[in-house]
Amino acid sequence: MLKRKDLLGLYDVSAEEIDEILQNGMAMKKLLRQNIKKLPHLQGKSVTTLFYENSTRTRCSFELAAKYMGAHVVNIAAESSSVKKGETLVDTGKTLDAMKSDVFVIRHPMGGAPALLAKTVKGHVVNAGDGMNEHPSQALLDMLTMRENFPSLQGLQVAILGDIRHSRVAKSNLFGLKKMGADVRLYAPKTLLPAGLDKMGAKVCSSREEAVEGADVVMGLRIQLERQHAGNFPSLGEYAKFYGVDDGVMKYAKKGALVMHPGPVNRGVELTSALIDGETSRIEEQVLSGIAVRMAILFLLTKEEI
Amino acid sequence: MLLKNGMVVLQDGVKKADLLIENGRICKIAPSIAGDGIDLNGRTVLPGLIDMHVHLREPGYEKKENIESGCRAAVKGGFTQICCMPNTKPVTDNKVVVSYIKNRAREVGLCKVHPVGAITEGQEGKNLAAIGAMKAAGAVALSEDGKTVVNTKLMANAMQYASDFGLVCLCHCEDHSLVDGGVVNEGYHSTLTGLKGSLRAAEDIIIAREICLAESLDVPVHICHVSTYSGVQLIRDAKKRGVKVTAETCPHYFTLTDEAIAGFDPDTKVNPPLREEKDRLAIIEGLSDGTIDCIVTDHAPHHYDDKHVEYDMAAFGISGIETSFALSYTQLVKGGVLTIEQLAERMSAAPARILSLEGGVLQEGVVADLTVVDLNEEWTVDPALFESKGKNTPFKGRKVCGRVKMTVSDGEIKYQE
Repeated sequence: MLKRKDLLGLYDVSAEEIDEILQNGMAMKKLLRQNIKKLPHLQGKSVTTLFYENSTRTRCSFELAAKYMGAHVVNIAAESSSVKKGETLVDTGKTLDAMKSDVFVIRHPMGGAPALLAKTVKGHVVNAGDGMNEHPSQALLDMLTMRENFPSLQGLQVAILGDIRHSRVAKSNLFGLKKMGADVRLYAPKTLLPAGLDKMGAKVCSSREEAVEGADVVMGLRIQLERQHAGNFPSLGEYAKFYGVDDGVMKYAKKGALVMHPGPVNRGVELTSALIDGETSRIEEQVLSGIAVRMAILFLLTKEEI
Repeated sequence: MLLKNGMVVLQDGVKKADLLIENGRICKIAPSIAGDGIDLNGRTVLPGLIDMHVHLREPGYEKKENIESGCRAAVKGGFTQICCMPNTKPVTDNKVVVSYIKNRAREVGLCKVHPVGAITEGQEGKNLAAIGAMKAAGAVALSEDGKTVVNTKLMANAMQYASDFGLVCLCHCEDHSLVDGGVVNEGYHSTLTGLKGSLRAAEDIIIAREICLAESLDVPVHICHVSTYSGVQLIRDAKKRGVKVTAETCPHYFTLTDEAIAGFDPDTKVNPPLREEKDRLAIIEGLSDGTIDCIVTDHAPHHYDDKHVEYDMAAFGISGIETSFALSYTQLVKGGVLTIEQLAERMSAAPARILSLEGGVLQEGVVADLTVVDLNEEWTVDPALFESKGKNTPFKGRKVCGRVKMTVSDGEIKYQE
């Protein structure tokens, strides 16, 4: 089982732990495919989702994962809670801890907020995305999806293109995939590429063709309109033309290379519709992997107590 | 008062001597002076330390610090004179607030407190503050600390007008549009943590601007808390050309790098941010060759509530006045960069010179401001023992060497361990 109280990121998680989560996630996914949605793993446990940032898919995914395993789930959205009244994260955490919540799933616009919560509460903390820091469950579901399609993650060539700078997904994937022996290539306009990625083991590419060349997996990351307003690139149209992935770019990848995206996707910006809806797309598959891997995370974190 | 058996740090070297103090002045420094006195047992006597960049928070933010707690912290840190920044509430932009601070400090009666007036009214960057009136009330310099005067023409006017009154502008250098909400140095560690980074250029651009203004107008300028290697180079080049520029840095910039932010500890959040190893080394080199004239603390005490939050929400600043001497001695003298005489210069004579304050040297006839330190004593930083209300330090638990044992100001013992 996971020898940790919290899952805050993949930076300090070992390959063995990742492997255990993926193995477990694959087993969960098998059950889900059989439409088995009543498991006893979290019976008598309570899970609180604490979302300080809007999210539909991640919150639903965690909620269903917990419910399929029999947990009581409470959802707190920043708008409806005392957060608006000015309560600090530390105080909110202490209150919920006193209510005996076993697991906190937190999403927060500020990097490090889950770490602060984890220091405060006795319950397990799962980071569901914090600022530009990490989004470990997303990377794990991406790796689970890849694992099901390839014999091993070892030596896998993964290209990630899009808003790398503001992406916690890119970083968690980079940390996780490197640990599992995969190679990660990154490409984005320079305005959306932060410093030091090469030092973290990524191959930072200077063209989309270079990034995609020989890749087994091509992953697009969402480009938000607000990045255009901040002057990172002139327009979404220009982004699509010079940085987006289409059939022409995919020709450089390995034949049959998978197309992935954490969603929500801007059709025709990061990826063309033809790719999103194409045979090699695994975008919908990622969603089911998400529930499975989150079931595995919740189960493995709380397992020793059962 | 007679102090016996001190290792006295004079400008031309360290000499074993006794010091006789009368009427608040040093009357005599000699190998042996007859009479009963305090035996210093060979401890080192420095000219009273001067910190020209401190936040006392009063008036307005007494929850973080007040003049009394700040002064207690200062004398414990070995400082006999401090300059307090104007970002109070109300802003120190008029003679009333300047007088209030001076009077309050006199009542407290620990160290000398010299107010720094704001450059513009309310630090809003629009109209010049009452510079002449503040000078008349006792302000020793001007600063917009915490921000930069964005309008370059206004800054040029401020420097020129201030020079009429013999005041220098202490410039906090930050291009706000480029910082754009950044909270840490832009680099490997900002990417790793996902905390928003701020480029060196954001600091350097304004350092360069202030140097250009000082050069064009032929007036002095002082650059606050230099943190970048490139900023050190800009100042070095300007000094070579004869520009009247002086500069300061803080112990955290020559002791820590942005590696310290890895655990999201808000006590590592400071403005300008902790930079990289090449910056740290360049700051040390700048202190060594005199490019950086002096060491200040930018003592920025904060309440627990201001720091016990998400990194992005936490206040900027380090409570540094009680660790400054030990960190400087440990890093710079024990580290073989400066001699103890040079350290005394950077922490006392240089700020006195820049701001035309009395003190800064030990010699017969000068004001009896001095700091007795034990250079061999090792100790561990424990913020719980700080006199400052601000316990916010990234040095908690750090082992340092060199401890302040006694602080004397105007011939009176203001602190003794």
